[in-house]
Amino acid sequence: MNVQSPPSREERIKKLQGLGSSRKRVEDARFTQGTGNYVDDIKLPGMLFGDFVRSPYGHARIKSIDKEAALAVPGVIAVLTAEDLKPLNLHYMPTLAGDVQAVLADEKVLFQNQEVAFVVAQDRYAAADAVELVEVDYEELPVINDAFKALDDDAPLLREDIKDKMEGAHGPRKHHNHIFLWEEGDKEGTEQALNNAEVMVEEKITYQRVHPCPLETCGCVASMDKINGKLTLWGTFQAPHAVRTVASLITNIPEHNIRVVSPDIGGGFGNKVGVYPGYICSVVASIVTGKPVKWVEDRIENLTSTAFARDYHMTGKIAATADGKITGLWTHVLADHGAFDACADPTKFPAGFFHIVTGSYDIPIAYVGVDGVYTNKAPGGVAYRCSFRVTEAAYLIERMIDVLARKLDMDPVELRIKNFIKKEQFPYQSALGWEYDSGDYHTAMDQATKAVDYPALRAEQAENRVAFDRGETRNLMGIGVAFFTEIVGAGPVKNCDILGLGMFDSCEIRIHPTGSAIARLGTISQGQGHATTFAQIVASEIGIPAEDITLEEGDTDTAPYGLGTYGSRSTPVAGAATAMAGRKIRAKAQMIAAYLLEVHEGDLEWDVDRFQIKGNPEAHKTMKEIAFASYNQAIPGLEPGLEAVSYYDPPNMTYPFGAYFCVVDVDVDTGVTDIRKFYALDDCGTRINPMIIEGQVHGGLTEAVAIAMGQEISYDEIGNVKGASLMDFYLPTAVETPTYETDFTVTPSPHHPIGAKGVGESPNVGGVPALSNAVNDAFAHKGLVHTQMPHDHWRVWQTAQRLGLTG
Amino acid sequence: MIPGSFDYHRPSSIGDAIGLMSSLGDDAMIVAGGHSLIPMMKLRMALPEHLVDLQDVQSLKSISIENSQITLGAMVTQAELITSEELHEICPLLREAALQIADPQVRYVGTIGGNVANGDPANDMPAIMQTLNASFTLVGPNGERSVAARDFYQGAYYTTREDGEILSSIHLDAPTSGHGSAYEKQKRKIGDYATAAAAVVLTLSGGTCATASIGLTNLSETPLWAEEAASILVGSSLDRETIKAAAAAAKAITNPAEDGRGPIEFRKHVAGIMVERAIAKAHSRAR
Repeated sequence: MNVQSPPSREERIKKLQGLGSSRKRVEDARFTQGTGNYVDDIKLPGMLFGDFVRSPYGHARIKSIDKEAALAVPGVIAVLTAEDLKPLNLHYMPTLAGDVQAVLADEKVLFQNQEVAFVVAQDRYAAADAVELVEVDYEELPVINDAFKALDDDAPLLREDIKDKMEGAHGPRKHHNHIFLWEEGDKEGTEQALNNAEVMVEEKITYQRVHPCPLETCGCVASMDKINGKLTLWGTFQAPHAVRTVASLITNIPEHNIRVVSPDIGGGFGNKVGVYPGYICSVVASIVTGKPVKWVEDRIENLTSTAFARDYHMTGKIAATADGKITGLWTHVLADHGAFDACADPTKFPAGFFHIVTGSYDIPIAYVGVDGVYTNKAPGGVAYRCSFRVTEAAYLIERMIDVLARKLDMDPVELRIKNFIKKEQFPYQSALGWEYDSGDYHTAMDQATKAVDYPALRAEQAENRVAFDRGETRNLMGIGVAFFTEIVGAGPVKNCDILGLGMFDSCEIRIHPTGSAIARLGTISQGQGHATTFAQIVASEIGIPAEDITLEEGDTDTAPYGLGTYGSRSTPVAGAATAMAGRKIRAKAQMIAAYLLEVHEGDLEWDVDRFQIKGNPEAHKTMKEIAFASYNQAIPGLEPGLEAVSYYDPPNMTYPFGAYFCVVDVDVDTGVTDIRKFYALDDCGTRINPMIIEGQVHGGLTEAVAIAMGQEISYDEIGNVKGASLMDFYLPTAVETPTYETDFTVTPSPHHPIGAKGVGESPNVGGVPALSNAVNDAFAHKGLVHTQMPHDHWRVWQTAQRLGLTG
Repeated sequence: MIPGSFDYHRPSSIGDAIGLMSSLGDDAMIVAGGHSLIPMMKLRMALPEHLVDLQDVQSLKSISIENSQITLGAMVTQAELITSEELHEICPLLREAALQIADPQVRYVGTIGGNVANGDPANDMPAIMQTLNASFTLVGPNGERSVAARDFYQGAYYTTREDGEILSSIHLDAPTSGHGSAYEKQKRKIGDYATAAAAVVLTLSGGTCATASIGLTNLSETPLWAEEAASILVGSSLDRETIKAAAAAAKAITNPAEDGRGPIEFRKHVAGIMVERAIAKAHSRAR
C-alpha cells in the first residue's frame, strides 16, 4: 500500500491561501465572462422606468411646468415635480453634511442639469421622449460659478430656502452664500511662527473640480410590495445599511420593512456614497404606482449631477529656518461645495480629514481654516478614491514642500528627509490633533531613492537642461517626488459618525458542518476584491482554506450592520471585525478540541489549521473536524454550532504612507508631457494579497494621471458645465497610461488585529502630487514656482510660453 | 441618451437607396458606419425620421487599384483601409491617417465614406483627401457627378452634396513613387479629435522639393488645403527657414475655435508645429 505522508506545515499554510497569498480574484470569473449582476441587469415583472427633466440653466426661477404633452405620450404613467413631493415632505432631502438638497427643483434651479421633474413610463424610450415634452418656463438669474465671488456683498442669493437660517450645521454662516468656517489648530501661534520665521513661503494652490466617473453610473430599482408593506431597493450604494436607515427616516417606512441590496457595483470611488434625487423619486414612484421603478443615469447625467470631488482653492504658508527645518504651517481653503452642501464626510468634519495636512512632517505648530461656499454648480464634494479630503491635503503639503525647496534652493528629497517624523516618534501627536499610529518614513524614502537611482536622475536632468539651453532638444525633464501620509479607516465611533451612525463595521462568520464557511460583512465591494481578500483573513484566523469560504456583502436583510466601503475603511475596520470574529470562533473551537482530545484548553496550541496538544503535535483536531463535532456532539457547557459576529470599533485610524517618484519629459512646443517613469512604494502595513494591492495601486495611479494631467469639470460664465462627456473629461486609455513600478515596505499598524492599514486610495493621494511636482520641476530652473493643474497640453504650453521657452 | 423614434430602411442596392432618399424626402438620413450620426441622434441633436442604412449595398464595399488609380467604395471601413497592403504600398498616408482615427473598435465599423461625407471638420479623412487631391462621386436621382475634395466642403456639416445624393466612392491617383508623406496629429488621448493635425505629401527632385501638398484638420469650419504653404516648399531644399515659413503660411489660414483642447492661440500654434513636423517627416521618407 502506498502510504501518503501527511502534508507538511508549509503545505498546510499554502493550502489556506491566507494572508500574504496572491490568490486570484474569485470575482473575476463572472466579470470577465459578462455574468456580473449590476443594477441595470435587474429586470422585474411590470417594471417602470424613470427619467429626469433637467435644468438647462445654471441659475433660474421656474415660472411654470407644463406636463400635459409629456403625459400624452403613450406609455407615460406620471410626471412628478416638487409640487407632487411637497405633501409627502420629500421635495427636499437631508444631505450627509447637515444641509438639505432639493429632490426636485423647488421654485428655482441652482445648477445646470439639476433635477426638475421625474417622468415615469413603461419603457425607457417613452420616458426619454416625454422628458423632451415637459415644458418648463424659466427666468434666468445671475450665476455664481467663481467661489471667490460667492461671498461678495452684492453676490446674488443662491439658497432662498435657507436665507434666514444663519446658524448652519457647523456654526454660524457669515454670508448668504457661506456654509461654514471650520478651523483647527493654533491660528495665533502659527501666525507668530510665520512672523518670526527666517524663511517664509506662500502659494495659492487650486485642486480643480473633478469627478470620480465610475465605469457604471449611479442607479437603482425601487420595488414597493403593497401587500406586505416591504420596500426593496437595489442600487449602486457604497453604504447599503446607511441607505436603509436614511430611507426609513425620510420615508417613515419602518426600517425592518426596508431591504437595501447593493448588487455588483462597477466602481464607486466616492461617487456612490451619497443619496441622490433619483433614489428618492424611484421610491416615491414605486410607492405611488405599486410597481417596481428603475432609474439609471447616463454618462452626462453622472458627470454633471451626481457627486463631484475636490474644488478646493487652497493657500499655504510655511515658516522654516534658513537650513530647512519647518517651524509652522498655515493653511486656508475656500471650498466650493456647489449648490447644496452634499459633501460625504463624517458628521463632525465638514472639511473631512483635511487637517492631516501636516503630512509626513514633524511640524510643531499649524492652523487650518476652511470656508465652505455655495455656487451654481452641482453638489457633492466626495472623497474621490481618498479618505475625506486627504488627497487635497496631501497635494497642498507636497506642493508646498517643493515650493519651500525652491526658495531654499534645496533638494526636495533632502528637505523632506530633514523634516520627516522619525520612527521613534510614533505614536506621533500631530499639531492638528491626530495620533499617527506608526510609520518609518526614512526607511521608505531610502529604499525609494535607491530604487530609482535618484542622484543619477538629477544628473541626467542637469545634462538635459544644458542640452535644452544649447538648442539640442526641445524637451525638458522633470522629476517629481511625493511622500504622502494617509489617514484612513474611519473610524472610531467616539469622533466619527455619519448622520449619527457610528463608523464601526462588522463581520459574521458561520462555519458549516463539513468545515466550509460563509462570512458576511457590513461593507460592499465595488471592484476591490473583498470576496477574495476577506476570505484570506478568515482563512488565516480559523484555518479553513480561502476557497472554502463564501463571502457575502451588500444585502441588508442578511449582512450585519456596517457603514460601507469608502475612505479605505474596509480593511482597517471590517477587516479587523473579520479577524476578531475569526478569533471568537477559534476560541470556541479550542474548547471543542479540548473536549475531543480530553485535555485542558490550556494544553492546546493553535497551529495553522488545527489545535494540537503542546509537545505532542500528533494529537490534534483540525478545524474541519472541530466544525463537524460542533454540529454532532453534545458538548457539556457549549451550545451547538460554530459561528460568531464581531462589531469592530477601531481605537484609531490607520496611517498608510508611501514614497512616489515620477519622471516626465515635457515637449515645450506642444505641451505634450510624457510620463517616462512612475515608481510607487507603498506601506499599507500587513499585506493581505500582494497581487490585489498591486492592482489597486495601478488603478489609483491611473486615476492620479487622469486628474493631474487632464481632468476638470469646469463651468462657463453663464453656468454651463463644460466638457461633460468622455470626449472631453479625461479618462486615460491603455495608450496614455504609463508603466508603473511598484514596491513596498511593511510597517504594521500596532492597533489593527492583523496590522493592515488600507491601500486602495494611497495611489490617488500620492500620485497626483508626484505628477504635479514633476511637471513643475521640469520648469523649476526657469523660475517656475507653481502652475495649476490639470497639466494638460495647453496649460503646460502656456507655462512654457510665460517663461519665454516657446519659439 | 436615447434617440427619438425613427424608421429604419436597409436597401441592398445603390438604386434602391437613392429611390428611398427621394421618396422619404428631407426627413431621411443616410447612415454608413453611424459613428458620427448615432451619437448625435442619442443627444437628439439629429432627429431623422428615417434612417437609410447602406451596409447591405455590396457595391460600395470594395477597394480597387488600377494603374495607380485608387477607388475606395464609400462603405469601406477604416479597418479595411488599414489592412490593405496594396493600398499601403502606393499610398501609405491613408493607413497612417486611418490609424489615428478614434480607436480599433470604431475603425472596424466607421467608414471612409461617412468620414468624408459628414462634413465634420474634426474628421481626419477630409483633409487627407484634399491633400491627395481626391474626388468624390455623388449619385442621385439625376445621375452621377464628381466633385473635387478641395471643392466639396463649405462649412461645418455643410457640403456640396445635395439632399437625396449619396457619396458612393472616392477616387484618387496614388502619389508619385518615391514621394514622402506624413500625418501629424496632436490629440489629448486615443479617440479624441485633433487639437491640430497636418498632412503633407511631397516629392523630391535632386535634393529640392518638386511638389508639395498640405492639408489641415480641425482648424476651421472645413478641412483646409494649405495651397500657399505648400507652394513655399516647392523649389526649396526643405531647410529649416523654409519649413518655418510654410508653417507660418499654413497657420495663417487656420481659424480654430476655443474648446477643451485649448484656446485659439494654442491650437493655431500647434497647427504650425504639426505642419513643421509633418514636412520634416515626409521629407525623411521621400526618395
